[in-house]
Amino acid sequence: MWRQQRSVHLSVRPSRGLVDEKVAILVQSAPPGARITLCAFHRCEDRHGWEAFAHYLTDAAGSLNVSRDPSLGGTYSGVEQMGLFWSIRPVPGSHPGLRLRKKNVQTPMEFTISVYQDHFTDFTDQVPLASQTVERWYMAPGVLRTPIKDHELTATLFLPTGPGPFPAILDLWGGGGQLVEYRAALLASHGFATLALDYMTPKITVETGKMVDNTYFERAFTFLQQHPGVLAERVAMLGLSFGVCVTLKMAAYSHVVKPRCAVCISGSHVQPVDGTMADILSYFDRNGHKIQLNDENQAILRNLLLPIPTDPAFKVDVGRVQCPLLVVAGEDDQNWPAAESAQDMKEMMERAGNAHLLTVLSYPNAGHLLEPPYSPHTRASSFRSVGSREKITALWGGHCAAHSLAQEDAWKKTLDFLRHHLYS
Amino acid sequence: MSQASPPPILSVAPTRALMDEAIRVRVDNLPPGAPVTLRCLHHSEDKDYWEAYGHYISDPTGAVSVADDVSVGGTYRGKEIMGLLWSMRPVPGSRTGLRLRKRNVCTPMLFTISVYGGHVSHDFSSRRPLAEELTERWYMAPGVRRLELKDRGVRGTLFIPSGPGPFPGLLDMWGGGGGLLEYRSALLASHGYVSLALEYFAPGELASTDLELKYFEAAFELIKQHPAVVADKVGIFGLSLGGIVAIHMTAESTVVKPACCICISGSHLYLRNQPLWNIHQPMLESGRKVHMDEEQNVIWRDISLPISSDLSRKTDVRRINCPLLLVIGQDDQNHPAAQYAEDMERMMRSVGKEHLLTRLEYPDAGHLIEPPYSPHFRATNFMWDYKKAKVTMLWGGQTKCHSDAQEDSWKKMLAFLRQHLYSPHLPKARM
Repeated sequence: MWRQQRSVHLSVRPSRGLVDEKVAILVQSAPPGARITLCAFHRCEDRHGWEAFAHYLTDAAGSLNVSRDPSLGGTYSGVEQMGLFWSIRPVPGSHPGLRLRKKNVQTPMEFTISVYQDHFTDFTDQVPLASQTVERWYMAPGVLRTPIKDHELTATLFLPTGPGPFPAILDLWGGGGQLVEYRAALLASHGFATLALDYMTPKITVETGKMVDNTYFERAFTFLQQHPGVLAERVAMLGLSFGVCVTLKMAAYSHVVKPRCAVCISGSHVQPVDGTMADILSYFDRNGHKIQLNDENQAILRNLLLPIPTDPAFKVDVGRVQCPLLVVAGEDDQNWPAAESAQDMKEMMERAGNAHLLTVLSYPNAGHLLEPPYSPHTRASSFRSVGSREKITALWGGHCAAHSLAQEDAWKKTLDFLRHHLYS
Repeated sequence: MSQASPPPILSVAPTRALMDEAIRVRVDNLPPGAPVTLRCLHHSEDKDYWEAYGHYISDPTGAVSVADDVSVGGTYRGKEIMGLLWSMRPVPGSRTGLRLRKRNVCTPMLFTISVYGGHVSHDFSSRRPLAEELTERWYMAPGVRRLELKDRGVRGTLFIPSGPGPFPGLLDMWGGGGGLLEYRSALLASHGYVSLALEYFAPGELASTDLELKYFEAAFELIKQHPAVVADKVGIFGLSLGGIVAIHMTAESTVVKPACCICISGSHLYLRNQPLWNIHQPMLESGRKVHMDEEQNVIWRDISLPISSDLSRKTDVRRINCPLLLVIGQDDQNHPAAQYAEDMERMMRSVGKEHLLTRLEYPDAGHLIEPPYSPHFRATNFMWDYKKAKVTMLWGGQTKCHSDAQEDSWKKMLAFLRQHLYSPHLPKARM
């Protein structure tokens, strides 16, 4: 055993980074050609353990460079600089159906990166040779977080550092509801005043039992435009999943909401055009019989909207959209028919003559939950849509490595798209 | 609504870094060929303002990249990735003789990096920046533990790296200014060493301190016996007077056997059978050797010259049995480290031990060789005896060369420590 004879030197840099920054992991002073395992561990806010690991061989100098050397197996393989982050999954024995989402964006996620001697897959009772704590942040220093108390909105505003004024983004998540802040905090860290908006379970819905109507979004958009830190003509919308329904409806039909550009991730233009949110949810309910269950009892919801209707009353007329549109779809999305919708939108816009506004990023083997890069891939998790009463295990789809690559590429292109249309 | 144009995009990465990590600063979305100023501002714990700035011209795409472009004016010139940090100095109108040293290592140093239109050199506070970013720089990596120590008479702060350990250890000593400075030890722990920042006298009390080698040996033993430390992998790290102590312990202690030794801006000067404070005795004896320059800065380098030929006034470095790294600024105006290094090498060669010695000598670097990207201090306020007036001590060095020396020597010091405290002992060829 070589453990007693030496200490192995582990360096992970930077030790404090934003969640979309890469880290360089270096092991030195190990024996040459030695079998080692690298492991990442994270205990989330809900106290579940998440881990990733990879098997390596050190080189002739006794070193390992994760950016250069291939993993021979583990939760990822091949040369993957960030594999220890994106391939994490719940530790064996965990509650099924977990999803990793940071609630408090003012503190970092803490990861412990460890080196173990030899190749193995079970870390209970194992003592590492070395380990280092790494912080991963959604918020850069100086970003200002302000919960919105008035305007009857349930929202949080994130303002970048500096005098401004800044371009802005209205950030919308999907059918699970709640006020989810992390993507907005990250966008603000990249120079966009961003409003994370809860529209499924806002205070007003909780108190009155009624879903918000379209004026709620108009109020949110106007709030951003009128904010002294915001450039009024440079406000975009970014939606994921159900958030795409809202984004496309506003972009195509609203007389008040005129986004400078829009990003639609993992969603569809299929919805009753004249409806409010409550109407859209009923439309899904009516198609409920189309939900399938796979062998593992996971619910596949993508067929709710298939086949793509030909009746114009049931899809947003994207021919009316007048701003640049970025559509991101995972081709293995089992929850929404995002890729088919993207294709249909393209055909509609070609017929209408505004296809030059559209960019489609369609990723093979990527699923529904396209999150910021290096986030773990969730293929299925517990889900209770606001529309339904029961908790199901939703199949989101995607295969880990391909999905992670898609997240990394889509995020980069999304930031470039936003910078190009909001800053130029 | 006004048709305001969007601001330039300033990005700094990583946004939170260790003090020895480089950052990439870039500006996008400027007009092409636009003159701009990048400025870095820090408000210190002592409430002084420190700044650095560079003058740039955006490229045809409207971008400035500090890593790729050339500063054509400011506190630094040329392609200098970290110029915004190492060229910092107190803003005009500040108190004189200042030195920037972080006391509380549990919090980061905050730097505000701003972009201004045009090439600005003064009155920054009366102008509105186009964009701004805040960046944190830390001496302590996450997971490093800090323990205040008062054990067996030893005073200091112990820093323990994150991880299960055990780790190699370091006894870390600063110089004649005294007090307890933790930042270098915190940084060394962030690189995997249990490091004890040792306090051995209070500021201004060197002249009255009754200090013996026993104190330092007790400190070394404390580290060695710590459960988180690999007992046979403890080194000694010292600057200036701390370096003098380090070399003496390494060569002549019968109690401690360091695995390696780093001495920055120090030497084998030593007065036998005298208390430590008597190191300055030659100054008292030959006051005429204390010079002043045109700015009334005190120069001490000549008080330790000429180098004695007898062993009553120097450590017998022929007795060293472990690797020794010397870091020397050739423009050191406080201590003639370069000349002493020559003598050390001569002595070690006479007994066939020159292979243990590595000398890093930097032209135009001064006495205070600190961790990289720290500002350069050519002359600062110094109190060695609280009964006497404060002086402004000339440390020497030219800013650009001194900063290069800090960056280069730190990398080499870390490699030296890793080689001797982390790798197994490898037989070295005799040259």
